[in-house]
Amino acid sequence: MSGALRLERVTISLATRVLIPPLELSIMPGEVLTLMGPSGSGKSTLLNFLGGTLPGAFRASGRVWIGEREVSALAPQQRRIGILFQDDLLFPHLSVGENLAFGLEASLRTRRARAQRIEAALAEAGLAGFAPRDPATLSGGQRARVALLRLLLAAPEALLLDEPFNKLDAALRAEFRRFVFARAAAAGVPVLMVTHDATDAQAAAGAVLEIVPAPEGASIAPGARRTQAAAPVQSAGATVAEGL
Amino acid sequence: MSGTTLQRGLAPAPAPVAMPFWLRQAPRVTLALFLAPVAAGLLGTVLPAFGYLPAIGGRAVTLAPWRILFRQPGIGTAIGLSLASGLGATALSVLLVFGCCAHWAGRQPGRIGRSVLAPVLAAPHAALAIGLAFLLAPSGWIVRALSPWLTGWRQPPDIATVQDPYGLALTAGLLVKEVPFLLLMTVSALGQLPVARTLEAAAALGYDRASAWVKLILPQVYGQVRLPIYAVLAYALSVVDMSLILGPSNPPTLSVLALQWFTAPDVRMYFPAAAAALLQLAVVLGSIGVLRALELGIGRVGRCWIAAGRRRSRAAPVLRLAAVGVCGLTLLGVLSLVALALWSGAAGWRFPALWPRHWSAAQWIRQIGTVAWPLGTTVGVAAASSLAALLLVLGCLENEQHGAAVPARRSLWLLYLPLLVPQIAFLFGMQVLLTVCRLDGTLIAVIWSHLLFVLPYVFLALADPWRSLDQRYARTALCLGASPRRVFLRIKLPLLLRPVLVAAAVGLAVSIDQYLPTIFAGAGRVVTLTTEAVTLASGGDRRMTGIFGLLQAVIPLGAYCIAIGATAARRFAPQPTEGRS
Repeated sequence: MSGALRLERVTISLATRVLIPPLELSIMPGEVLTLMGPSGSGKSTLLNFLGGTLPGAFRASGRVWIGEREVSALAPQQRRIGILFQDDLLFPHLSVGENLAFGLEASLRTRRARAQRIEAALAEAGLAGFAPRDPATLSGGQRARVALLRLLLAAPEALLLDEPFNKLDAALRAEFRRFVFARAAAAGVPVLMVTHDATDAQAAAGAVLEIVPAPEGASIAPGARRTQAAAPVQSAGATVAEGL
Repeated sequence: MSGTTLQRGLAPAPAPVAMPFWLRQAPRVTLALFLAPVAAGLLGTVLPAFGYLPAIGGRAVTLAPWRILFRQPGIGTAIGLSLASGLGATALSVLLVFGCCAHWAGRQPGRIGRSVLAPVLAAPHAALAIGLAFLLAPSGWIVRALSPWLTGWRQPPDIATVQDPYGLALTAGLLVKEVPFLLLMTVSALGQLPVARTLEAAAALGYDRASAWVKLILPQVYGQVRLPIYAVLAYALSVVDMSLILGPSNPPTLSVLALQWFTAPDVRMYFPAAAAALLQLAVVLGSIGVLRALELGIGRVGRCWIAAGRRRSRAAPVLRLAAVGVCGLTLLGVLSLVALALWSGAAGWRFPALWPRHWSAAQWIRQIGTVAWPLGTTVGVAAASSLAALLLVLGCLENEQHGAAVPARRSLWLLYLPLLVPQIAFLFGMQVLLTVCRLDGTLIAVIWSHLLFVLPYVFLALADPWRSLDQRYARTALCLGASPRRVFLRIKLPLLLRPVLVAAAVGLAVSIDQYLPTIFAGAGRVVTLTTEAVTLASGGDRRMTGIFGLLQAVIPLGAYCIAIGATAARRFAPQPTEGRS
């Protein structure tokens, strides 16, 4: 069980353009917060910042906490924040099992224990016996599931979802969405998802925020397209500082 | 919002990825290793060119070296020869390569084309020049193939087909070597353009393929191959090893003249030698300037020409001719290498016979002792300089991906300086620097001098693949808790193993190619296959020359094959990466 993911006056700008205005929010463990906005609005950039891999051209400020731990001063590999991209990004030179082993915490020592842990994770995901396979031989849906498994085996304390359902077709999309949210809930970590698809937000069944880009600087508001399923923003513990 | 919160909130976030010290310094170290010898080298040439070299008594700044230089017999002819062969070879190479690419527009070279080009690309200039001399000489393979049935010759004719006074053999040698290089550069640049779709779109507007290629593809691709073209121009104008083997000897080309004076027993000849080297630099820079002006002029006229909207051209037959020319030159290159192999194993080969009467390994066995030492030195120097180059280049590229400061990235173009400045213009000065450091004549000095030329090519070979690897692989691995070192070793290096090995093979080939740097930095004491081959080429022992030339050509090719073979055997082939997010 991890603590809440908390953003404290996080701003991001590129040259003179403000992508993310001062943003304060907190996401409790087990909750999903959806951040919506058109492409190019800086959603993914925010996730890069949280993960610690913001490209040098951007300027960012503010602090990020997980529970009582400030992670914004840490190197990406020390943050324990997992990111799921829309591409599965399975390492093509490693087998499915090796991909998972790369993600699996090093604290699990023996080779046998690690193999068992990986096999168990694969079996739970309906992929029993897939460990020695070349990732290129898997279907899109299978690859997506392996990518999530790899992420969860690293025991992250927060999950960031960067439009992870974008490249899947409608049927697979619904199935993988259920898989992701069920796994995230089971892991009991805060989840921040960015998307531009309203059905993703609906399926997440959490609070929704929307980035509204404007020439004088973007603003972030409670989601206008909020669905019945989405809880009110305040109850999710998210507060928004608008403008600059 | 309280003031303190505001201040805290607006303070820049700490850089999340702290780069290790050595990585942060990689571009600086690389440039220092480069600029120091080139700058010191140029200074060490400029000063003696104006009479200043206290070590041998030159203490006053005078124009005397230039007066001596221009009083030398044949100096005008030497300059003319350099210009004719250098400019001629460069212009022809560029026209042939562009013509050939336009002729085969939209089609990638097949596997056969690639595997024919590879040995010529890998072979050092000297080996190719020796092989070409074996083909073109009055007693060479071409004349043998035509004698006596066509020519009636029973003795080798008394015609200067090699080392001819007009430098035609030298120009041919440069063409054989530079056309495949420019072709490779152009084809890989074309690979990044949507050529087929562009041509289709143009065809829909009524343009034939040739016009469409010249008007739409050429302007886009030229910027990508500009640097290689400048490098070919600089090289062709100032080449020494090919010129010693294929060029005329009395007078020789300007760069050979400078080398002869630098190595003359009379040290006072250093002064005109330095002046000649400086003149060589002026010739190269002037030619690059003229080419640049031509580019701008043609670009301006070309815009109007493109805007005129003419759709048909009569260029098709010319383009076919260019394609035939490129194929012919490639064949000549391959035959040159075959000739090297034949002569190294021939026993008893009378003149008009097309094939040797016997084959014998005796020559090889007899020469093992002679070959072993230069072979070891060649491979050792090549391996050391390639490894050093690889480490520095990987350092620079990693540094760049960690969001290095922009100036460091921009100044990397300085890396290409050693390819654009003629070797003769700074190697003498660099030797002075090495003498001061008490390094002259050592292996370290030779490795360092090779590094100047190996590194730019390793960088060229590795930069694009390294930069185009989807950066999210590394990001994902970091977020999984892997340290940057582990990400580098377990993810990036294995994914990019093939380009890394190919870059290393390119480095080996470039190092084995170096003649002049070995002569200068080695102070004549370091003997490689290349220096031996060039020396032997002026003698009459074709078998021995063949052995050295063949070895020289085989090692880089072997390295390429290993690089490709080692990565082909991998369990999972890397897939094409998708665009960066």
